[in-house]
Amino acid sequence: MSRRKPNEEYDKTMAGRFFGWLSGSKDPYLGQVEMQAQEEKVLPSETIIERMREAQMRRDKVYDPEANTLARLFHKIYTASAVFFCIALVGVLLVTVSYLPPSGNPDNPVNNVVSERYIEDGLQETGALNIVSGMILTYRAFDTFGETNVLFIATCCVMILLMVDDAILKKQEAMSDRRFEPKNDAILQGTALVLTPIIFIFGIYIILNGHLSPGGGFSGGAIMGAGLILYTSAFGFHKTQRFFDEHIYKIAKITALCMYGLIGTYFYVTGANGIENHIPLGIPGHILSSGIILPINFCVGLEVACTMYAFYALFRRGGL
Amino acid sequence: MGPNLFINYGEAVAMLLFGIGFGNLLLQSNLIKKIIGLNIMDTAVYLFLAEKGYIAGRVAPIVSDGVQDMEAYINPIPSGLVLTGIVVSVSVSALMLALTIRLYRRYHTLDLDEISRQLKKEGL
Amino acid sequence: MDFVQNFPCFSVILCLFAGILSSGLKDKAAMRVNTCLLGIVTLLSGATLLYTLQTGQSFVYVMGKFPAPWGNEIRAGVLEALTALFFCVIMLLSLLGGRHKLLEEVESGKTYLYYVLTDLLLSSLLALVYTNDMFTAYVFVEINTISACGLIMIRQNGRTIEAAVRYMIMSLLGSGLLLLGLCMLYDLTGHLLMSNMKESVARLAATGQYEIPLIVAIVLISVGICIKSALFPFHAWLPDAYGYSTVSSAAILSSLVSKGYIFLLIKIIYRVIGFDIYGDTRIIDVLFAFGLMGMIFGSLSAIKENDVRRMIAYSSVAQIGYIYMGFGMGTEAGMTASVFHILSHAATKSLLFIAAIGLTDVSGGSRKFIELTGAGYRNKWAGAAFTVGSLSMVGMPLFSGFISKLLFAQAAVQNHVKMLPALIVLGVSTILNAIYFMKTVIRIYTPVGYSAYPSITFVKMRVYAVTLVAFILLNVILGISSQPVVDMIRQGLAMFS
Repeated sequence: MSRRKPNEEYDKTMAGRFFGWLSGSKDPYLGQVEMQAQEEKVLPSETIIERMREAQMRRDKVYDPEANTLARLFHKIYTASAVFFCIALVGVLLVTVSYLPPSGNPDNPVNNVVSERYIEDGLQETGALNIVSGMILTYRAFDTFGETNVLFIATCCVMILLMVDDAILKKQEAMSDRRFEPKNDAILQGTALVLTPIIFIFGIYIILNGHLSPGGGFSGGAIMGAGLILYTSAFGFHKTQRFFDEHIYKIAKITALCMYGLIGTYFYVTGANGIENHIPLGIPGHILSSGIILPINFCVGLEVACTMYAFYALFRRGGL
Repeated sequence: MGPNLFINYGEAVAMLLFGIGFGNLLLQSNLIKKIIGLNIMDTAVYLFLAEKGYIAGRVAPIVSDGVQDMEAYINPIPSGLVLTGIVVSVSVSALMLALTIRLYRRYHTLDLDEISRQLKKEGL
Repeated sequence: MDFVQNFPCFSVILCLFAGILSSGLKDKAAMRVNTCLLGIVTLLSGATLLYTLQTGQSFVYVMGKFPAPWGNEIRAGVLEALTALFFCVIMLLSLLGGRHKLLEEVESGKTYLYYVLTDLLLSSLLALVYTNDMFTAYVFVEINTISACGLIMIRQNGRTIEAAVRYMIMSLLGSGLLLLGLCMLYDLTGHLLMSNMKESVARLAATGQYEIPLIVAIVLISVGICIKSALFPFHAWLPDAYGYSTVSSAAILSSLVSKGYIFLLIKIIYRVIGFDIYGDTRIIDVLFAFGLMGMIFGSLSAIKENDVRRMIAYSSVAQIGYIYMGFGMGTEAGMTASVFHILSHAATKSLLFIAAIGLTDVSGGSRKFIELTGAGYRNKWAGAAFTVGSLSMVGMPLFSGFISKLLFAQAAVQNHVKMLPALIVLGVSTILNAIYFMKTVIRIYTPVGYSAYPSITFVKMRVYAVTLVAFILLNVILGISSQPVVDMIRQGLAMFS
């Protein structure tokens, strides 16, 4: 920025003095008032160390729970009021329960036109013999999709907290607590060798039969996850990684969730826009029936099994 | 006090469990006990919800022998809602336990009050 | 059935898909997917808003071929579309503004998980805004809680993990109470869709049957949501969570997460219980009282703070008190003021957090006030943005904070009983706000003779500066041309029930 006046003249003008005062470069008192310029105060290092030590002692004393009477009093008041609040809450809830409709009564408000249609027309509209599966996977499919995403996001959060790099994992393996367990325990491995295939077949049976009998994706997936956990506990992570490592886990999870999302979206959009969806309902009682319920059960089962195993692996080892 | 307290004994027990779980979550200082209290509280709510579906003298809602009468089956809706709820409860328990593991690795204590005190002393 | 009516469903599903796919991508790719997603969803929400303004009524979208009460349903009107548009814009700007800090503070192998969390958080916010079904709302409230916990603890030092634990405990208490209240309401009415529940509740209130359980259920739902949105006695987790997490998390949490729950409460009041019945239960008096106390205590705690980010976090407690005070008035004008304050606070608080991080960056990373002296000269953009945000919070005309305070005062005057306490506390809290915000503004513009820390120029932080300019423009637009927004809110509330 160029100015018409040279610097020395500018500093003497009103504008120059004002902006000099504003920016702090010129002290208005220096040289104008009878005052000596102050010297900078320098503390010797011993006093600094002494002050730091005293501050630390003070902090310890304030935060010591035994010595601080105010903290103890607050703690007592907090406990007493929390207990009182809980007892009051239970009392209010019991009084409320006494005014609710009697349980087991067929004339309750809950047994209304909604459950009537689910029971009487459920088989024709969803194709499923299990009315509960038909309800959660066809009528209220969006809730179940949200719930599957709850599992997904909990896995992501646990991965943020507990997952460690491969390199660090290899160093940790040598120090892991499996040193204290008997390696290759004969009883455990023999039992696991027999039981694991049975558990897997049972899990797959429950998933595939979700629409015909009690079961479904969630229960079947949990059982398959338990089978994987049993195998890993008996044989160790290296053997499990031959067929289920992090790469396969990611592929399985993303495929399952995306397929569920796509089937669900097709179902919602065609239903909302009044377009006919060409998913066959099949013959009730057969395995290949019930429209979207069978593929969704399969996806949910895969997702839940992966999640259960992932929780176990992350907690135990820090990686898949 | 209303008329239905003893007929609704299932719901009453659920409310007692809810109170116990709630109290545990508030009052215990050990993190694992807090998580157990949380689980008790959630389970109590699912017990309450599952009781809503029960109708005396009827069977589970799986169509058998082609009977599709409304009079033959219990209400299927609460069972479906409980399924959703249980999955949510599992997820949050796993997340809280992972947080506990991380806190323990860093501060070597499971006591939440102790951890707050150490943080205040660190004076971040 | 127009194609535009599919857009709310598409927004939610698109966010869920983006989150699922991002979990398999690397960090940079996940970031690009996230930014594209936010842009697309903003456009979809804007199109929905124009459509609903044009038709002048809200529309119902049936998910699947089964209508209510047998299937799921979402409903979109002017208010929902406006809120969704705002949430998307604020989230996009917060993520852009905090991007450089995210790369510094989070481990490089886990940044893609952060973008997965924000995608799912956006999907849960949109679902809470659009849903017409109570149980879907509960499931997405849980997704919201878990994503928010992930956002707090992504930074992974001791303070954030302890803050995340405290947040989860309080939040899960609130969820438990909400679910219990929801189950009781289901027991009394037999429906889960909001429109059907409203008819049943009106019938029950008229006949007086099941009176006590109805009141207890309403109280449980309200208390559950108040705990989750950090109303006054339940705010203990807030300063740690907002103060120590990474800055885009703090901006998103303070602006969007608690507001999502408050929006759900508004929806429940209007669409499930009915405004008149809710007023009769006298719980709005309790909300009003706690709102007033929150306004005072939040500001008093902020004045005592020595750390700039915790000070802004305590200011959030006070602002949530304002919103509940608006509820507590019990009139349409009060509700309009609360909704406008939700939008205005979202815009201002994120601006403050993102400006504060710019100021601490040029002070050697320290957040204490003594180090921040003169930071406004070292980082001119952040200093100007912080000044704009502070003036808006205090209530200077020309900015959005002034309009929301004006609306609150107008609503207070219409209610004769609550007028005096509301106006007194409004005045006192404005003075208290001015104390701590203006103190900070003066401090950052106090010139220091020497400069131990380097200044920052525009070239090094282009994205950050552009984000700040966008925030300032948003604030000024809301402040100057607020009448169209207030009209849209009034129209939206009228068609909300």
